[in-house]
Amino acid sequence: MTAALEITNLRKSFGQTEIIRGVDLQIMPGERHAVIGPNGAGKSTLFNLITGRFPQTAGVVALHGHDLKGKAPYEINRMGLSRSFQITNIFPKMTVFENVRCSLLWSMGYRYSFWNMVARSRALNEGAEAILEQINLQRRRDIPAGMLSYAEQRALEIGITIAGGADVIMLDEPTAGMSHSETDYIMDLIRDVTEGKTLVMVEHDMGVVFGLADRISVLVYGEIIATGTPTDVRANPRVQEAYLGAALEAEH
Amino acid sequence: MDLVLVNLIDGLVTGLLLFMLSAGLTLIFSMMGVLNFAHASFYMLGAYFAYQISIFLGFWMGLLIAPLVVGVIGAGVERYGLRRVHQYGHVPELIFTFGLALLIEEVVQFIWGKDQMPYEIPGILEGAAFAIAGNTIPLYKVFMIFLSLLIFGGLLYVLTKTRVGMIIQAALSYPKTVEALGHNVPLVFMGVFGVGTALAGVAGVIAGPVLSTFPGMAVVLGSIVFVTIVIGGLGSLFGALVASLIIGWLTTFAKAYDVRMEDILTGIGFTKPDPIWDSAWQDLWTLTSPQIADILPYLLMVLILIFRPYGLFGKRDA
Amino acid sequence: MTDTTHNTHSDVLAGSGLTLAKALPWLIASAFLLVMPFVFTSNSAITIMNQMAITIIFALSYNMLLGQGGMLSFGHAVYMGVGGFLCVHIMNWDQFFGTLPLPVLPIFGGLFGMGLALIVGSFSTRRAGTVFAMISLGVGELIAACSVIIVVFFGGEEGISGDRTYGLPFFGIEFLQQIEVYYLTAFWLVLSALGMFLFSRTPVGRMANAVRDNPERAEFLGYSARWVRFYSFVASGFFAGIAGGLFAINYEILTEENLNLATSGSILLVTFLGGVGFFFGPVIGAIVFTLLQTVLSLQTELWALYVGALFVATVMFFPGGLAGVLMMHTPPLVLGKLHLLVKPYIKTLLPAAICILATAGFIEILFHARHAAIGDDQMTLFWMTFSHANPVPWIAFGAVALGGFWLARRNAPELVETWHEANTDTGARP
Repeated sequence: MTAALEITNLRKSFGQTEIIRGVDLQIMPGERHAVIGPNGAGKSTLFNLITGRFPQTAGVVALHGHDLKGKAPYEINRMGLSRSFQITNIFPKMTVFENVRCSLLWSMGYRYSFWNMVARSRALNEGAEAILEQINLQRRRDIPAGMLSYAEQRALEIGITIAGGADVIMLDEPTAGMSHSETDYIMDLIRDVTEGKTLVMVEHDMGVVFGLADRISVLVYGEIIATGTPTDVRANPRVQEAYLGAALEAEH
Repeated sequence: MDLVLVNLIDGLVTGLLLFMLSAGLTLIFSMMGVLNFAHASFYMLGAYFAYQISIFLGFWMGLLIAPLVVGVIGAGVERYGLRRVHQYGHVPELIFTFGLALLIEEVVQFIWGKDQMPYEIPGILEGAAFAIAGNTIPLYKVFMIFLSLLIFGGLLYVLTKTRVGMIIQAALSYPKTVEALGHNVPLVFMGVFGVGTALAGVAGVIAGPVLSTFPGMAVVLGSIVFVTIVIGGLGSLFGALVASLIIGWLTTFAKAYDVRMEDILTGIGFTKPDPIWDSAWQDLWTLTSPQIADILPYLLMVLILIFRPYGLFGKRDA
Repeated sequence: MTDTTHNTHSDVLAGSGLTLAKALPWLIASAFLLVMPFVFTSNSAITIMNQMAITIIFALSYNMLLGQGGMLSFGHAVYMGVGGFLCVHIMNWDQFFGTLPLPVLPIFGGLFGMGLALIVGSFSTRRAGTVFAMISLGVGELIAACSVIIVVFFGGEEGISGDRTYGLPFFGIEFLQQIEVYYLTAFWLVLSALGMFLFSRTPVGRMANAVRDNPERAEFLGYSARWVRFYSFVASGFFAGIAGGLFAINYEILTEENLNLATSGSILLVTFLGGVGFFFGPVIGAIVFTLLQTVLSLQTELWALYVGALFVATVMFFPGGLAGVLMMHTPPLVLGKLHLLVKPYIKTLLPAAICILATAGFIEILFHARHAAIGDDQMTLFWMTFSHANPVPWIAFGAVALGGFWLARRNAPELVETWHEANTDTGARP
């Protein structure tokens, strides 16, 4: 079976500083994988490398066995990878419904069509409504997305990310800046919407990580020091030392 | 060969004049992310103010006072206009400065009318400085060159050697950090806008007598200044200098040497259609380089943008 | 609250067909266009209406870039211009034009404008924002400057002229009269406006909004921001070319003026004044601007100064333009509180209007005093004739302006307060 996402010896330097120093990672289809690590470990950089936001310095990122090198973000998306952003990244002046509907257009095969009317497509509008229902924003469908509350915007961001039907979903700190109850809500949401899909996420909140992930990778100073099930990672002495120990102690 | 030298000097004068405008524009752009469409309008204001002052106090006082007045007006525009529009984003800012350019032109016409002003070179700078093989170089051109170099020297000194310059340079890249360090960044912005427009004012003061002072002078130069900084690369001071000189020389040489398309076409083996006025290609055959001198900068810009979208010295993410 | 949501919900799902509610604005507009010449019958009025119609199409096409796609262009006139030039050339091409009914002509202008947009758009739409604005400026200036060099096509300084009546008669109509041209123009106005409106409802039209708001996110949804911009740009070039064709039919002459920066700038002004945020914004802008241009310019030499000041004020205080100001009143209307605003509006806006008029009067006297021929000190202003050497009018206008300003300022807080109240849902509605 080909890995959904396979990263081999990935490296990235900004000027003299090497931020990602040879990452190897294999994520199988249907797996929920979390990347954790202390601040400045390079998690977001890793994300941006995988999704083609930055070009890598060396190494290979392969999606279902296809090399992503030199591909523009929109090409990567069309190959079945979709991502969210750490800083909310939606279309603020468009309505919530429009946000979701736009994210469905490409996957429904509309491409650059200027001969179809979006309002006339039953599949498109029902699809968008279904997503809205999934992220529980039906009642806010007609207000500009920029006017939603923070948690609602994060939910919308996830909705946009999954709407296109990509089978690899990457979420960059989906619960950043949220209260406890909001976090629980988003966690349930993520579990629901990624059913049967491959999920890769960067997350700070350990509750979310251990609650959601099948496997966890720990990134420290641009290198992965451990990969395994939550139990393995929890028990790994290097992880304890480098990162988790401190965090777990603080939690107790 | 001697003619080449004369044209080099002429092109240098044009280039330095352009740089005086494009330098201010670049400073403002790289600091605030705003392309000031009204930049050439401040240049025009410089010329008109200097003319008005020169009537009462003479050319030299005009040279001294007019740029200061222009700078104060520029700072005022930043403080009470741009800062307000800033919240809406860069495109509205650009639209604002565009509207400002229209308004300044109308105000100038309101005050001084539509005719050209009799703003002239002071007596002491009239006459020739020296001659190269029978071609005289006017003293005023030499004065323009020296004055521009003096100003650039000063600017360079302030930017690289003084504390204020350090703060400005830092604020260019990290406005938030600089503000957190306790510097008044809005004030720095206002100051830079004032200095940038004052530079345009100086250019107006010294260009007014030779390029004539009339309400259309901003439009004539305005687009060329934009073209200059786009060619040089938005936000690059060095790029602006190089592009200014290239454009100065390019247009000067194209005007001075009458290169005819007819000669080029026959040279590469085409035969001239006869009679020419019946041919669909008549415009191509009768083309001469002085004719296209003024559109060369635009042509150059389009080519550069196709092949090097970030300009000659632009940073990728400017 | 849930009720309304539910309604719109089912409305969209069921709204695949053409409903009366959707068609109504268009039917009203068409009826309006049909009736207008019976209300304003003079030839000059019809000329103004024709000019308005052309400006509306041009402004709408401009807003496909600025409002819908987030592209600020300083060179949109060239697409309208080249379309118009081509149409005049067709008018002069006897064999072909003799077989062509005039109402079809604008199509050719549109196709030519689109062709140019295809070429320019292929490199200019790579970036939005400042870079796009600068390229549009450069290309615009380049083509405008070419008009004096490529004499074969642009006709040099005099431009080129033709005669629309040589076309194949269209059901016996030869378009000798203004009124016939009016209906031709109005027909194209409705058709183009509808076309542009429908374009904004297509997938690529929707994505144009998405790319305007957030190009990076759009890329992560599978769309190349560049190509989305490109399609909008090409479509916009097409409709601008149609406007050019109509211009050629109306005026039968095109010159360098149809291409230059001033024309490109004025369409930016028209569109922004009307409001870029709503589809109908440019329509309002075109109507108001054309009226200002034709009516105000008869009254005063300084009309461009006033329009410039109005424009700058709009950018600074009402970035949504006239349409934005109108639509700000939707929430009070929905809450049924619009009537609350009437009194404060009169109390604040009336003095403000008086202040502006008096200031304009003061400026007019100043202008007359500075620029009138020596000995000609008589001037007429607001139906009063006086000498600018007389200090009384100066003082009077100045005093009225200051008084109006004082009154408007005094009453402004009340307006702000009422405004907030009118926008707050107190739950007291029926």
